[in-house]
Amino acid sequence: MLDGPSVVAALERVGITHVVWIPDSELGTWEPALRASAKLTLVRVCREGEAFTLAAGLLLGGKKPIVMVQCTGLFEAGDALRNVVHDMKLPIFFVVGVRSWYLQQKEATTDTCPIFSEPIMNAWQIQYRLLDSSHSADDLANAYLESQHADRAGAVLIAE
Amino acid sequence: MPMTQRQALEVLMPLRGERIVVTTMSSAGIWPTLSQSLLDFAYIPSAMGHGPSLGLGLALAQPERGVIVVNGDGCQLMSLGNLATLAQQPANIFIIVLDNGQYEVTGGQPHAGTGRVDYAAVARAVGVKRTYTFTDLPSWQSGAAEAISGPGPVVIDLKVEALPNQKTPKPPRPMAEQIRRLQGALSVA
Repeated sequence: MLDGPSVVAALERVGITHVVWIPDSELGTWEPALRASAKLTLVRVCREGEAFTLAAGLLLGGKKPIVMVQCTGLFEAGDALRNVVHDMKLPIFFVVGVRSWYLQQKEATTDTCPIFSEPIMNAWQIQYRLLDSSHSADDLANAYLESQHADRAGAVLIAE
Repeated sequence: MPMTQRQALEVLMPLRGERIVVTTMSSAGIWPTLSQSLLDFAYIPSAMGHGPSLGLGLALAQPERGVIVVNGDGCQLMSLGNLATLAQQPANIFIIVLDNGQYEVTGGQPHAGTGRVDYAAVARAVGVKRTYTFTDLPSWQSGAAEAISGPGPVVIDLKVEALPNQKTPKPPRPMAEQIRRLQGALSVA
């Protein structure tokens, strides 16, 4: 299970310094734990493209940020993501909340977000893992560590 | 009479100190003719409109160093919200908007805010406490030292001359080399 306290503990364990985010209703439940952390700095941005380039600046400056956004914001942030991952080749890591994923599995939603989230990740050539309720914060931490050891960008999609 | 971009940057040059200077678009072509510092970063290729965000990340990572971002007005409009993001951070960052009222490198077309947007006023409205506007070279020459000092964030709107038929400049060196230089200078490589 992914909840605020377990996610924060995992992020602290792998040395994350900054969480750059615009929360959705699922990720937003992590906010109290993120705010309570003495090791993580929470940086709020106005639009998701900003999150990726701000995190790029943190990486250039020697910090270890992680970006957290909803899939709608991922769609908006395409140019920033392209620039940070493919022009600058920075090992940015991010968490994407996939709205309506469970409902889409049951064909019980008209929300188009879950249809396009994974194809978008593939289009941008980002290696990712989809984490559902069977996964834990350790899986998120391991995905982060894998991307950093490989010096490449990476992501987890959170089924919502 | 507005100053030229080169004149604006010539005034900035001796005041930058040991700060990181991030340049975008036209300024990224001019700045390397004035400075060869390892702390210069030409943000080309860029994500358009995101120079201030990149600079803010650097400023948060390197709070003692300080960052100057030279942005264009068209770029600033593309991500106007980054001024609100900036306002919430007591970061050592100076955003300079070279305001020529046009998209310079695409042929000089007006943008949505040409002749109407007061960038310093927008910055103040979203909570940036220190803002400046300089409309000509003498005022920038006399006011730059105060503007480029003290606590950030600071937003500076410089009215500059609009030039036709400008091209997107080439970066002074490939991105990978720029990153290596900057991180080496910051001792974070």
